[in-house]
Amino acid sequence: MELLAFGDTGWGDELFYATLMTIAVSLTAMFIGFLFALIFTPLKLSKNKFLNFIANSYTTIIRGVPELLVIYLFFFGGTGAVMFVASIFGYNEYIEINAFITGAFAIGIISGAYSTEVFRGAIQSIDKGQFEAANVLGLNKFGKFLKIILPQTLRLAIPNLSNIWQITLKDTSLISVTGLVEIMRQSYIAAGSTRDPLFFYSFAAVLYLLLTFVSMKLINRLEVKYSRGY
Amino acid sequence: MDLELMINSLPKLLNAAVITLKLLSVSLIIGLFIGLFFAILRLNKNIFINRFAYGYSYVFRGTPLLVQIFIIYFGLGQIEYLRSTVLWVILKEPYWCAIIAFALNTGAYTSEILRSAFQTIKPGIIEAGKSLGISNKVIFYKIQIPIAIRQSLPAYGNEIILMMKGTSLASTVTIMDLTGVAKYIISTTFKPIEVFIVAGGIYLFMTFMIHNVIKFLEKKYSFN
Repeated sequence: MELLAFGDTGWGDELFYATLMTIAVSLTAMFIGFLFALIFTPLKLSKNKFLNFIANSYTTIIRGVPELLVIYLFFFGGTGAVMFVASIFGYNEYIEINAFITGAFAIGIISGAYSTEVFRGAIQSIDKGQFEAANVLGLNKFGKFLKIILPQTLRLAIPNLSNIWQITLKDTSLISVTGLVEIMRQSYIAAGSTRDPLFFYSFAAVLYLLLTFVSMKLINRLEVKYSRGY
Repeated sequence: MDLELMINSLPKLLNAAVITLKLLSVSLIIGLFIGLFFAILRLNKNIFINRFAYGYSYVFRGTPLLVQIFIIYFGLGQIEYLRSTVLWVILKEPYWCAIIAFALNTGAYTSEILRSAFQTIKPGIIEAGKSLGISNKVIFYKIQIPIAIRQSLPAYGNEIILMMKGTSLASTVTIMDLTGVAKYIISTTFKPIEVFIVAGGIYLFMTFMIHNVIKFLEKKYSFN
């Protein structure tokens, strides 16, 4: 237990902040994923073959390639890409991108591919009559989407989105390879300096279990809220 | 684009893909038995056995695979007693540690898939078997298991693909699988995009093949 003490003698506070970091990077990644889904879901549903092809390539490639490989691509390639863009504007110094941004972006693109599929499925399963009824009521495009389609989509999508949240949360452990100090990285550091890997990795497992358990409870409440009409 | 690097790295990456496939197939076979075992425990009416099986699948599905590998590879070696047993021969090899972690992980997911497949079997089918005077054991092996396999094929196909992506984590415990070699080439040449295209292409090809094999099996075992 003294290993987990707060302050200079134990790893309690370090692991606490690392847990906050895991939550922060997961939420950011999930948010970036939603932005990607917002772009790619309409492309998937579009009648244009070319736009379809772009969206399908995105979801197929990301879902068929290991997360770790995507993270390495961003970790090693991200700096180069940013420096290339900067060099166009005449800036030639070395730029280091934050591990948080690289990691959140890599995981976000992955979770976005899964979210896109979920939203596509949810929108497609909404009855055609709902779209027609919205048109009859004279709602404009924005109102139709916000008041009629989105609430119904969310009800159908929440159970699947909660799965994606769990996957995203667990995927953030892979960002530890880039050096971002989240639960996994902090456990690695603690295990290295105390020579007690069994304890610290088991404790990391408990922290992840706690996170998934609490988030499931919260998501269940959302589910109840969005299905109250049913 | 460095085409020469892409062509040169292809044979190395293909060799590494063989290791990925080996890791995948061995852990899937062991995982299938573990999954079947725990699925049967989940159907047991004894609440302790039931809870134990549920706890197993909850823990392995609720924690990242990376944590599981690290506990087995770095953690278990710390127990002095284990070092003196025969088990140490297996546990000191990163290859087998990775396989144990993968098998336990896929076993947890497989047990959930099989459990829900068993539960969706219509009671009428089992009753029909009983009324024909078939023993419970034969009903289980000849009626319930084949139907459960058919029911769980689509979900299990997804699990195989997820597991194939999961084997990439073997590279974190020094195994040179497809991701391990790709990372090595990236960190020596600093050409991440080229290597990603080749390695990612190999992964996509494997995903595609698995997807098609499962589709073929689904057709073959469909009821019509």
